[in-house]
Amino acid sequence: MLDDFLVRAGLAGIGTALAAAPLGCFVVWRRMAYFSDATAHAALLGVALSLAFQGPIILGVLATALVMAFIVQSLLGSGLAQDTSLGVLAHSALAAGLVAVSFLSGVRVDLMGYLFGDILAVTRTDLALIWGGALAVVGLMAWRWQRLLTATLNPDLAQASGISARFEGLILMLALALTVAVAIKAVGALLIGALLVIPPAAARPLVRTPVSMALVTAVIGTASALGGLLSSLTFDTPTGPSIVCVAAALFVATLTSAKLLRR
Amino acid sequence: MLIEAHDLTLAHGGRPAMRHVDFAIDRGEIVTLVGPNGSGKSTLVKGLIGALPATSGTVTRADGLKVGYVPQTLQIDSFFPLTVRDFLCLPQRQTKADIAAALDSAGVPGLQRRQLSALSGGQLQRVMLARAVMMRPDILILDEPTQGLDQPGAAAFYQQIARVRDDLNCAVLMVSHDLHVVMAASDRVLCLNGHICCQGTPEVVQSAPEYRALFGAGTAGAFALYRHEHDHDHTHDHEPHDHA
Repeated sequence: MLDDFLVRAGLAGIGTALAAAPLGCFVVWRRMAYFSDATAHAALLGVALSLAFQGPIILGVLATALVMAFIVQSLLGSGLAQDTSLGVLAHSALAAGLVAVSFLSGVRVDLMGYLFGDILAVTRTDLALIWGGALAVVGLMAWRWQRLLTATLNPDLAQASGISARFEGLILMLALALTVAVAIKAVGALLIGALLVIPPAAARPLVRTPVSMALVTAVIGTASALGGLLSSLTFDTPTGPSIVCVAAALFVATLTSAKLLRR
Repeated sequence: MLIEAHDLTLAHGGRPAMRHVDFAIDRGEIVTLVGPNGSGKSTLVKGLIGALPATSGTVTRADGLKVGYVPQTLQIDSFFPLTVRDFLCLPQRQTKADIAAALDSAGVPGLQRRQLSALSGGQLQRVMLARAVMMRPDILILDEPTQGLDQPGAAAFYQQIARVRDDLNCAVLMVSHDLHVVMAASDRVLCLNGHICCQGTPEVVQSAPEYRALFGAGTAGAFALYRHEHDHDHTHDHEPHDHA
């Protein structure tokens, strides 16, 4: 079954959507959209480093995403304007990654694949890494769920209950770095942010509790991945952007149907 | 003692916001922090619950101390779906029966399935109080709990807090702006302005010159039974000094 590239691509898409679902909810609730962009863009630098040192791509991506997440976290703590400093980091990371890749003259690099994803070329090893990473992220989020929610709602409230808002923030950083590493194959560095933000935003009008939002987000993410894959085959369009377009269409659909129902 | 601070100095945004505080609170007491805007009331509360590290000095909390905290307000992103029931289960899950009972005794029965973001100011305050009380706290800490309540609403809320104190025999530490109501509801008042200006029973504080310098003589009835010999102004740049 796994011999079929389409089955592998579908499974990769589902794994990525599952990892992105609970984390994406927190990205939306904590208004970290720009934050996740900065971390995802840093992944390209990780790709360049992995290629330069001939190491596994996923490790390089994981390492640079982690470093970037910690830099962003400490910058935010230092009281600099969030919007601006995150913008500086997100765009610089992307530019530095592109420059770094251009230095790799000896290697033939499929830049488009890393920027926009190459889900149709997923190997069995990729698939194992994607699902391993996705399960790790989902497990991490499930384990810390109540604490993460409390810290997200109000850091002081969490602190009073003996929950370190800072530590829970670091857990989210770790989950974010893992998700970036998992998702780069499916949607590419440029569109990971979209996969984190759009499905939860599409789920919001349909739900009333945090848990149901995470579950509906997973369903919408999976539908986007499979729908994007299908339309990419049908219309011969790039897969990553197609997945994001389907997610965006679902967002418009849930938003308008909620508005109409409320009339 | 439940919480004890010794020579505590706290910074807010890199600047010292509260200097050289000695403070202790025990079971059964209702202590209120008053002071003008920017006087460091919330900063001190954050320091006491451990949300803000001490620049110098120490804060000691009793072993296993359970703090029921009611924040000033909750800013809930419109993309964050949270029912009252979910909120009451943070961070510990609670049974349906306990949740219903807690909402009943807070005076807001039947709100379980409502979205937190759809509550009125008064309902939200009562739900936040219900959550804090459900934790069966040793100390209840409230940061301007009656913000956005009208005068009768605030008075009822303070009565509710006094009832909670009686039921749980917990300590209560409040930050407040409504001087008159607070004065009636507190055992001890600390008047803050970057440091502790004066403290004592409501009568003592109301007649203290430091308090009058900050809030005016107002309707303070009691004559100055308490004479505070130390003369000082209330600028923030002065050197730290002791008050007799």
